[in-house]
Amino acid sequence: MSTPRALVLRNAGINCDAETVRALEGAGADVDLLHLTTLIREPGRLDDCQILVIPGGFSHGDDIAAGRIFATELVHALRGELQAYVARGGIGLGICNGFQVLVEAGLIDGSLGDRAARTIALTDNESLKYECRWVHLQSQESACPFLVPGEIFPTPVAHAEGRLAVRDDQVLADLYANGQVALRYVTADGGEAQYPECPNGAVDNIAGLCDPTGRVLGLMPHPERNLLPGNHPLWTRLGKRTKGEGAAFFERIVDVAKAPTPALS
Amino acid sequence: MTSTAPPTPSTTDAWRIEIHKRPGTKDPAGHKSLEALAELGVDVARACHAGHGYLLPPDLDREEVERVARDLFTDPVLEVATVLAPGEIPAAAPGRVRVLVAKKPGVMDPVAESIKRVLRRTLFDREIHAQTFQLFTFEVSEGLHLEQAEAELEAAAARALCNTTIEILRVGREDLPFGAPKDAGTKRGRVEVALLELDDAGLEGLSVEGQLSLSLEEMRAVQAHFKGLGHEPSAGDLETIAQTWSEHCKHKTFAGRVEFQKDGGEPERFENLLKETVAAATFAIDAPWCVSVFHDNAGIIEFDAGYDISFKVETHNHPSAIDPYGGAGTGIGGVVRDILGVGLGARPIANTDAFFVGPMDMAPADVPKGCMHPKRILRGVVAGVRDYGNRMGIPTISGGLWFDERYVGNPLVYAGTIGLAPRKYAHKKVHPGDLVVTLGGAVGRDGIHGATFSSIELTEESEEDSAASVQIGNPIEEKRVLDALLQARDQDLFRSLTDCGAGGLSSAVGEMGEECGVEIDLDEVPLKYPGLASHDIWISEAQERMVLGVPPDKLDALLELCAVEGVEAKAIGSFNESGRLVVRDAGETIVDLDMEFLHEGTPRPLRKAEWTSPEITAEPVAAPADHGRALLELMAAPDIQSREWLVRQYDHEVQGNLVVKPLVGVGADAPGNGSVLKPLAESPKGVAVGCGANPRQGLLDPYAMAAASIDEALRNVVAVGGDPARTAILDNFSWGNCQKPDRLGSLVLAAKACKDVAIAFGTPFISGKDSLNNEYRVGDQTIAIPPTLFVSAMSVVPDVERAVTMDAKEPGSRLYLVGPTDEDLGASHYLRLTGQNAGRVPQPDLERAPKVFAALHAAILAGDVRACHDLSEGGLAVAAAEMAFAGGLGIDLDLSGLHDPAGLTQGSDLDTVLLYSETTTRFLVEVAVERAGDFELHFTGAGLGDIARPVGEVTATDRLRVHGKLGTALIDLPTADLRAAHHSGFQG
Repeated sequence: MSTPRALVLRNAGINCDAETVRALEGAGADVDLLHLTTLIREPGRLDDCQILVIPGGFSHGDDIAAGRIFATELVHALRGELQAYVARGGIGLGICNGFQVLVEAGLIDGSLGDRAARTIALTDNESLKYECRWVHLQSQESACPFLVPGEIFPTPVAHAEGRLAVRDDQVLADLYANGQVALRYVTADGGEAQYPECPNGAVDNIAGLCDPTGRVLGLMPHPERNLLPGNHPLWTRLGKRTKGEGAAFFERIVDVAKAPTPALS
Repeated sequence: MTSTAPPTPSTTDAWRIEIHKRPGTKDPAGHKSLEALAELGVDVARACHAGHGYLLPPDLDREEVERVARDLFTDPVLEVATVLAPGEIPAAAPGRVRVLVAKKPGVMDPVAESIKRVLRRTLFDREIHAQTFQLFTFEVSEGLHLEQAEAELEAAAARALCNTTIEILRVGREDLPFGAPKDAGTKRGRVEVALLELDDAGLEGLSVEGQLSLSLEEMRAVQAHFKGLGHEPSAGDLETIAQTWSEHCKHKTFAGRVEFQKDGGEPERFENLLKETVAAATFAIDAPWCVSVFHDNAGIIEFDAGYDISFKVETHNHPSAIDPYGGAGTGIGGVVRDILGVGLGARPIANTDAFFVGPMDMAPADVPKGCMHPKRILRGVVAGVRDYGNRMGIPTISGGLWFDERYVGNPLVYAGTIGLAPRKYAHKKVHPGDLVVTLGGAVGRDGIHGATFSSIELTEESEEDSAASVQIGNPIEEKRVLDALLQARDQDLFRSLTDCGAGGLSSAVGEMGEECGVEIDLDEVPLKYPGLASHDIWISEAQERMVLGVPPDKLDALLELCAVEGVEAKAIGSFNESGRLVVRDAGETIVDLDMEFLHEGTPRPLRKAEWTSPEITAEPVAAPADHGRALLELMAAPDIQSREWLVRQYDHEVQGNLVVKPLVGVGADAPGNGSVLKPLAESPKGVAVGCGANPRQGLLDPYAMAAASIDEALRNVVAVGGDPARTAILDNFSWGNCQKPDRLGSLVLAAKACKDVAIAFGTPFISGKDSLNNEYRVGDQTIAIPPTLFVSAMSVVPDVERAVTMDAKEPGSRLYLVGPTDEDLGASHYLRLTGQNAGRVPQPDLERAPKVFAALHAAILAGDVRACHDLSEGGLAVAAAEMAFAGGLGIDLDLSGLHDPAGLTQGSDLDTVLLYSETTTRFLVEVAVERAGDFELHFTGAGLGDIARPVGEVTATDRLRVHGKLGTALIDLPTADLRAAHHSGFQG
């Protein structure tokens, strides 16, 4: 398979685009960095990409609610294109603000185009503070094809609105049943996280969710900030490292993009 | 859109959408608001529900409003919306008091700006005015009268929930003004000012009335100039001169003529204090790696792989006293624009910040009238830096926090930005014929007279009077500008630029056109709302704007690029060869000034400066009753305690380049020395950043204070692996009123130290800024701040893989104290515990210190250093405690191998001096046993003798143990206790 093409979509206030591009390129993808305005003018740009990424940042300043305005513009202009993209097995990734956009757009819980049907939300941290720190994530048994279940890896988080909330207990049960719970905050040795190991008070310590197809993943932490051997906060205490754990995260996404797309039900 | 109907007393002429949390959902914001009131001792409510609301024009129909409420304003999982028609009042709920907080008309509301944008792009195809407000619903405590609760809540809310300078507070009332500020009907065009016939009193009166902040001598020079021309000036002429000649823009005092006398000795004369001290050092050092110093928006030095790095630090003190959140935010916004505007534009890769505020535990009764409590100031400035820096996507990686009673009326806010750019963009040139293009936000009344306001003394009325000079930032606007500007740079769409800061267009355009001439048409300037006078548009400090010089054939490409990024760009004039600054509006000439007079016509009076050295007694330093207890107290001292609560709120990881963090160690909660970035994938090199300040020492000895502050900034960067021979520094002076000879005298001494120390270290100053009127007047008393020189250092790390952190790494490895300890306890933290005010103030040995830095750097480069912590506040004891708990290990300190301190006062306790003295140029270094010989050799080989002395070892215990010079057990404490003490202070 030829080199996969990734489209990194930015908008006013997206600010992790450079490191996200670096991560994807390092993992072997060709990357197109586009402003939403340009994609709206040229929606065909979506057709030749296999990976669509919305990076972190503060799109439109998190005004009204984090990701709300970006999602509103995206759905208003490109709802049909997004539906078609997911239907053909396109890979989607939303990091931090990008995750917030995916949730607001209904691309994780399948409510795209029907806001009233939305069942999940990302909202104020329990501490009511923006917090920047390193945490440990564990990949869960899930529908997501580019995570290795059970794996624990360190990643920085930095956000003020990352607490996952669900409409009711049934929603949470369904997320597990559908294999949508992709990443959870854990302690370094895989134990149950308390604050600050879980930095935001998310329900069930959930850090990342995928859509029912498993190919659209959103997560609050920032694997693209852990590419260098020296990004790890304790690298001066560790042995020689060649890269950060975030590099493998993107390599697996690119690997999945290279493989033939499975038929989606 | 209707904005003309006057609001009725009880309601609002707009649709109102209120968003409330669904019952049963968590409400951390409501909880926090209740806590804020409790902190003020207000206990009238048992619960608070936080919500927010939006106002939309009354001419929309209900269906449209409900659609906006549903599709944009409400989270379907967490929230419910209530829609109220224009004039409708929310149903009263028994036992509840509603508190509304809204921006005053015309005050920047970034959320409303975003709403207008998204409405225009999605749900409507036209401009819809929108406003926002916050809503707090308090459940009044049982048995309390509603009226009493309302009265108490009104008073408390004004202190805890809103800033009444820029916000409207409504308690138990529902009226909110709607619409843009009313058009005052101000006529645009030339306004002539009668100046020629004024006597001295008239000139002074005009300066005060017009908020020109010009001295009598300056007013006379202006008058003489216009007498020579034979006509009266326009208001625009006077405003332009006032802005350009302001202390803020011109640095009249620091760059002025000074006669200085110390202790009644021989007077010393400076024709230009700055040039003959700070700048003289840079030119004497003449480092070949300095690319651009002092003349541009920031200093630039060479980095690697064809790239340069630039650094600028700004003060934003006065605005932060009036509105801490907005002041600090726009401080960051302003210094980021300095970097965007340096050369042909650089990419901001890091921010720094430092705050000097009153004590957190100051009794409310002791806070002078007109001042906010220091807690509120600190929370506000931290939130301002956080929200602006984080939204811009620039990591805030280094800073400091100092406390002193004398900052209560004049809190100091320093904000810095580091930039990275290809070397070919280091210089710019204005070409006659190029268009003057503004990029960024529209102009309103924001910050009118900011430049002149920052140059005067604050008074108890300032908070009320100066609302107009408060600028509120909109970081996303600036992010759009950044995105557009750097692309335009890479496509060669402009060939000169500067930022729009103090003085607005008048300063930016006047500065760019200085060498040639420029003509501007204000009719072209985008406005937020009507009703501004011509000269207001000209001097408005509306934020988030840059000014570019664009070749005419590149304009279309620039406009197209800006359209994609959603940034407004507008050609408002052109550069020419007239040598004049000409501004037209509404068909009239509102400014017409000769560039030479504007930039060179400032009178240069000779200012008196004097310094009388205070008597410093040499009292013996007594041992504490218990060294362990003293150390725990030091760990919790305000200037030493952990700043984790603050640092965590800044996104220091964005851009993915940070390799030595501001918080380090196994718990990521110990204070690092400096931070290190690796900004280029193609280079192994890093950028180390650090800072230093010792304001209290400055009261005793300004020269020593300045020298020690430079040493401290250098210690920060050298300790993490920065190359002292590739280090540049920045000076930021905040002083009291330097019209007073003693204040100016201490400034002269500090400036002289800057020169001597920079030359001795070979460390050039590349940029600086001063703020010389930090006094607060209450009645006939003034409070002056301690002389505060904030030094920032930026250093190239030759290889980030060799970078070092301060956490103890391995049991059994050896500890060295590098640098001798003298009895330097003047204004030290230890003596503050005992209440003694005596002793020599530390200052570096200029002969030895540069060699120590060089030798330590060589040891780090050779890989001989496992951990390194610089000694600063609290001395050796504090450094060892921090190193131990950071590493999750123990440390045994043994003072027996240390040299006796030089200049020991008779009767001073030896161990106490060794543990707590704040002598400069010292480091606590961990070295693997097998590397000990190599390590020592770096110092002996450099002719420094046995300056690196063994002082103990890292242990596998969890205790800090200290044995004195003669083997006495002095301290034996669990590191957990030291860590807990360090984290026991103010938490935000």
